Amino acid sequence: MPTKLMQGADAVAEAALNVGCRFFAGYPMLPFTPLLESMAKQMKAVGGVCINASSEIEAVNMAIGAGAGGARVGTGSCGQGIALMQEAIAEAALNEVPFVVFNMARGQQDYFQCTRGGGWGDYRTITLAPKDVAEAVEHTQLLFHLADKHRGPVILYGDYLIADTFMSVDVSPREFGPLPPKDWALDGTLGGTGRSRQIWSWAMGKSNAPGLGPDGQWKRMAQKFRDIADEEQRHETFLVDDAEYVVVSFGTSSPFVDYVVEEMRAAGVKIGSFRPITLWPFPEQALADATAECRRVFVYEVNGGQMLDDVRLSVADRSKIDFIGGVSVDYSGMRQGEGLQVSSIRTAIAEAMKRGG
Amino acid sequence: MARTRIPTSSPPSVSSVKVAPFKPPLQISEDHHLCPGCGHPVAWRLLLEVLSDLELDHRAIGVVGHGCYTAIATMSDIDWLQCLHGRAPAVATGLKRVQPQAAVFTLQGDGDMATEGLHEVLHAAARGESITAIMVNNGVFGDTGGQMTATTVVGQRTKTSLDGRDADAHGFPIPLADLVSNLPGASYVARGAVNNAGSIAQTKKFLTRAFEAQLAGDGFSFVEILTMCPTGWIIPTADGPDYVAGTFEKTFPVKQLKSNL
Amino acid sequence: MIDATTQTRGTVVIDVDRCKGCELCIPACRPGVLAMSEPDEVNVMGARYPVLFAGCTACRACREVCPDFVFEVYRFDEPQNLPARSPDPGSVADGADGGAR
Repeated sequence: MPTKLMQGADAVAEAALNVGCRFFAGYPMLPFTPLLESMAKQMKAVGGVCINASSEIEAVNMAIGAGAGGARVGTGSCGQGIALMQEAIAEAALNEVPFVVFNMARGQQDYFQCTRGGGWGDYRTITLAPKDVAEAVEHTQLLFHLADKHRGPVILYGDYLIADTFMSVDVSPREFGPLPPKDWALDGTLGGTGRSRQIWSWAMGKSNAPGLGPDGQWKRMAQKFRDIADEEQRHETFLVDDAEYVVVSFGTSSPFVDYVVEEMRAAGVKIGSFRPITLWPFPEQALADATAECRRVFVYEVNGGQMLDDVRLSVADRSKIDFIGGVSVDYSGMRQGEGLQVSSIRTAIAEAMKRGG
Repeated sequence: MARTRIPTSSPPSVSSVKVAPFKPPLQISEDHHLCPGCGHPVAWRLLLEVLSDLELDHRAIGVVGHGCYTAIATMSDIDWLQCLHGRAPAVATGLKRVQPQAAVFTLQGDGDMATEGLHEVLHAAARGESITAIMVNNGVFGDTGGQMTATTVVGQRTKTSLDGRDADAHGFPIPLADLVSNLPGASYVARGAVNNAGSIAQTKKFLTRAFEAQLAGDGFSFVEILTMCPTGWIIPTADGPDYVAGTFEKTFPVKQLKSNL
Repeated sequence: MIDATTQTRGTVVIDVDRCKGCELCIPACRPGVLAMSEPDEVNVMGARYPVLFAGCTACRACREVCPDFVFEVYRFDEPQNLPARSPDPGSVADGADGGAR
């Protein structure tokens, strides 16, 4: 399939449908709304279902039901809407129902919600943060694969720039390898056979086939997420090999950061950048390796310092860490503000360098 | 003189026909931990009988909420999805949309459906989802020790209305079946009870018709079932059936409210 | 007037150890042929349980109202005349019927 110029929301929707997403439920909230509208437009043609739910809570619980029925399922929201979905995302992590959550976030302030999770229990959600629409398309398809591979909810960290920007993209389906069959999915057919199924975060099982129970199930889940953490970290580095300064950023901030890094390199500054692609599992070792020889680490994000915590955990006190980002939103409160500019980043880096260390 | 006991430890030796088995075919175990005199197990039994009578053994999927009744999911041989408090109608919506051939129902208490989950059930009914929502209504959060719910009746004592529900302080109970019956998307709505053999037989008919409505693709079907909770009502066990008749039914009339069949 | 036998149309099997002693079956029984056991007659759970007398009509009301799956109900092909009362010390004494009508 050749590339075509598409708006991000449409590209993400079509990419999802092209890997078999057949159920989508969401509640309007900008900047997520264009994705819901795109799904509403495209889903019928492929014989799928798109429901404009009556709340975020309803949408994400519909996703649990559809995912439990074995379909490839999407839901989404942003900001405070994601906050409403936290209980259900945690529940799906603990009862192992797969779906993709499209967080077209309100700027970069959703980082904690996606990586720490506001739901209950020892659970995690794989979160991918694309830097542009092309990567968002790839991540969308990869996330459906990861949701099925690990049987649980996963998150795409998009935002206004991903949803609204036009880019030339290839939305044809990508292959990611074989997946186990969904023999756990509920369809009613094993009723009356003595082997009927159950999906329950407490894993109580049936009287003739007891399950692990809450203690066993949640111990197993805690271990499962440790295993996923070892396996699914992704990152990208740019010019870090001999860097004295490394700038860490994520998502749509990164192209702005890399523009400045490239410019400063041309001016002779030994600077590079590191970008976690998985916000969870955060690529701790990769960041530690990339910053092993550098003196200063600058953390740039358009929030008050959220990824900063993960950078501190990875880098520890081997390098001096400076936070050079900050909250910046536009008049609507839904999009990055004037802080996300090449000139602001250039100034922030220069001032941080001057502050020494 | 004394009345002579008839032996009851084994089936009769004279020729006879069994007219009622201990348990319905889909029940795996009868060893539940619900209180003496609880109405929920009677409602479960009816549900499982109806599923078998309608030959839905290999099609039924239950979506169960949180309450004493949740134990049914361990004791009955159909597919079950246990979900967050109040959310079963939303979960059942997603499930039915991707498994349209399945007979999808919810089983929730009044705390789950009418209190926490009022939003979900009303919207599922409004949308006319092809699911059957069943509310076992005893007017109390039994599983958590007996607190007030949206269907606790005025005057009813609970742990959070110790002097009896007072309309001025606590407002009025919600007659959910009546609310749902007003929505065009709801095609079959009934309220039954399990406090005597007559109401039990009638409730079984209501459940049968509710599933028939789903199978006919007719829209949302809903059965509210008044069940006894002498523990939560703080009354002697044997008084449970009369409490339903004398107190609950005054607020929640037992009848079929709507049928497109 | 002492009835030696009572026409009986059916009978039940009672799973005594499953009973929790809620007593809902007693008033539910239409011909009034169920009574709770004596206070010192309890099952493994320590609960009294229902006992049966002649006159069952196989109406199934007991089984319908029981929350604990205690009853199985049979209807005789031919009504039987079962012993109603006797001086046998193994029977329940008058006055402890628990609701006979």
